Amino acid sequence: MTATPTAPAGTTDQGRVITYSEAVREALAEAMSADERVFVLGEDIGVYGGAFGVTGDLYHRFGAERVRDTPISELGIVGAAVGAALAGMRPVVEIQFSDFTCQAMDQIVNQAAKIHFMLGGAAEVPMVLRAPLGSGTGAAAQHSQSLEAWFAHVPGLKVVMPATAEDAKGLLLSAIDDPNPVIVLEHKLLYRTSGPVPEGAGRVPLGKTAVRRRGRDVTIVATGVMVQRSLEAAERLAADGIDVSVIDPRTLSPLDDAPILEDVSRTGRALLVQEAPGHVGFTAEIASRIVESPAIYRLLAPIRRLSGLDVPIPYAPQLETAAVPQVDGIVDAARSLMKDS
Amino acid sequence: MSHSHPEAHADLEAGEFGPDLGEVFGPRQADGGPELVQLLTPEGERVEHPEFSFDLDDEAIKGFYRDMVLTRRIDTEATALQRHGELGIWAQLLGQEAAQIGSGRALRPQDYVFPTYREHGVAYTRGIDPLRLLGLFRGVDQGGWDPNEGNFGLYTIVIGAQTLHGTGYAMGLQRDGVVGTGDPDRDAAVVTYFGDGASSQGDVNEAFIFAASYNAPVVFFCQNNQWAISEPIERQTRIPLYQRALGFGFPGVRVDGNDVLATYAVSKAALQRAREGQGPTFVEAYTYRMGAHTTTDDPTRYRLSEDLEHWKLKDPIQRVKVYLTRNGLADQDFFDEIDVEAEKLGEHLREGCKALPEPRILDIFDYVYAEGSPEIDAQREGFAAYLDSFETAGGHR
Ligand SMILES: Cc1ncc(C[n+]2csc(CCOP(=O)(O)OP(=O)(O)O)c2C)c(N)n1
Ligand SMILES: [Mg+2]
Repeated sequence: MTATPTAPAGTTDQGRVITYSEAVREALAEAMSADERVFVLGEDIGVYGGAFGVTGDLYHRFGAERVRDTPISELGIVGAAVGAALAGMRPVVEIQFSDFTCQAMDQIVNQAAKIHFMLGGAAEVPMVLRAPLGSGTGAAAQHSQSLEAWFAHVPGLKVVMPATAEDAKGLLLSAIDDPNPVIVLEHKLLYRTSGPVPEGAGRVPLGKTAVRRRGRDVTIVATGVMVQRSLEAAERLAADGIDVSVIDPRTLSPLDDAPILEDVSRTGRALLVQEAPGHVGFTAEIASRIVESPAIYRLLAPIRRLSGLDVPIPYAPQLETAAVPQVDGIVDAARSLMKDS
Repeated sequence: MSHSHPEAHADLEAGEFGPDLGEVFGPRQADGGPELVQLLTPEGERVEHPEFSFDLDDEAIKGFYRDMVLTRRIDTEATALQRHGELGIWAQLLGQEAAQIGSGRALRPQDYVFPTYREHGVAYTRGIDPLRLLGLFRGVDQGGWDPNEGNFGLYTIVIGAQTLHGTGYAMGLQRDGVVGTGDPDRDAAVVTYFGDGASSQGDVNEAFIFAASYNAPVVFFCQNNQWAISEPIERQTRIPLYQRALGFGFPGVRVDGNDVLATYAVSKAALQRAREGQGPTFVEAYTYRMGAHTTTDDPTRYRLSEDLEHWKLKDPIQRVKVYLTRNGLADQDFFDEIDVEAEKLGEHLREGCKALPEPRILDIFDYVYAEGSPEIDAQREGFAAYLDSFETAGGHR
């Protein structure tokens, strides 16, 4: 990933560039070094280093007790993490593919999200669930979904989608600190991308939207891998004289909507981009925040959403690519927004 | 523990997290233990078992030999195709031929199979052209064979889910009145395949409960190939897997999964029980995944090569060959003919794979809903118009 024009807060040194995957690993290692209560659990995360190589050598550095290969049961993994969290531990779960959170839904939605509430605050569930999401790797219908809206719909859960290496580290550290269950959805295509993560880079707060680029004409709001695609689209649009903002909410729940509403009020045009199918998707929430706010009076054109098609992700690469927004589509959508107004 | 990587899985070793596994499993698990049903030894000797016997003739054994050689050929050919970029991925079955052919050949046409992603040998016994399997792994379809043609269901990649489908299907057979009628051409059963790793899933355990509760005609056929990607069997269970069945209320059997005579005999008995209305059976086929988990995996990262060497001595095909040769049941011509046939099959796959029709972009919208949907139709139209707006669109559609 290339450097983003707006440097995230806390950056003191642009020198070091590491991969998104290394950034996640670094956060895990720092959290485990700093706090005995932190441990990770999941399938093939030990000697194998994780299906996407994210845990890497952590098993060798922290041992089998803190980097736990579990039996092949996602329900078991999350349920055990809920229990450990109740006992004061800080479990960080890895679900091999976010699609398999389906197996663990009771523990995530009915248990982790509700226990604090039902106990009247007497106990907390400070667990983190990390999982790779998204398409683009040829993994077909059951290994490629973007289910973030499901989680964001559940009160009691926090939901994070880091789009840069620095956020992958910083948001994960904050998620581990957080006293609530936090779902961290990492895009598979981002793992191998790199970005600046200064030595000693620390926490990125949850619930703080990032403005990746500031422009005059269109506000693009994008999540996950769509942030990078939107930034690429922005470069191409700039060559055409169309100057766009790119805004990355980073945390879907709780949602910091102020920077979005403010930017839309300025540009008068909103293009909302997500990989997930459009129907009842996360960007529908953003659209509704815009129309429920005074920003609606500033709109020069109807809000435009660009989403994945309402179909399961197909296996064939050319179909898979066609099923979700690509840079071309973002460029076209921004241009047509300009034409419509 | 003899077989995992020395520094791997340290917590599974004695002491740190519980009892010495040797105490639980007995001395030499790598050979399957004394409960193992075996009818043909790795050295090619026929042996008797008090409960199970092989009731077919030597011609049938020659047929099984042919089946296993062809199955292995499907596997090696598909692996090579993946290496050449013709398939996205392939799940190898190398070493599991006897488990699959023995159980597959014990099925009757009316029986129904719910597979995982590795049952290429079973698919072959159900008359599915292996090219159809390649279509899935090449990504030109999503696994679109007609399950009712060979009574062979969709490959299930989310592990364990199919055991519940199999159980429900078996309950359907009961309702259809095709269980326990005494008519061998009517009575039907289900076999559902799964792995040692899948045995930890709730789905699988709940399937056991349902099958037991309704006495459903289903055989749970577990290929314990010792590994769930990088995790050894000891991560999933502290007792031999087949013993779990007892707790659910039906019989469990551990069979030598590399012995095609034994897998046939045990599967046949289990299927017969099911068809007669006596309920489910758990069959644990004790075998070994000789290859990688899939073509994207590198097993040297987590297991020892000497372990593989140990299992090579128990090769499912070799022992049948030794039996046939030593007893003068097959001459060189027999083996040569099969090799020629395997060669042809390989060619069929190589040529056929490249000739599989590529899907068209607008196919994305097909089959999302039975009978379609107005909203999806509208998206298809919009997308078609969008594609048409590019000059090159014709080529893509
Ligand atoms: C519910 C679910 N969790 C995780 C995975 C990822 N995964 C694919 S295969 C596999 C291991 C399965 O091992 P086993 O059941 O022993 O079958 P084998 O691959 O050895 O045939 C895992 C964890 C999955 N496909 N589905
Ligand atoms: Mg296995």
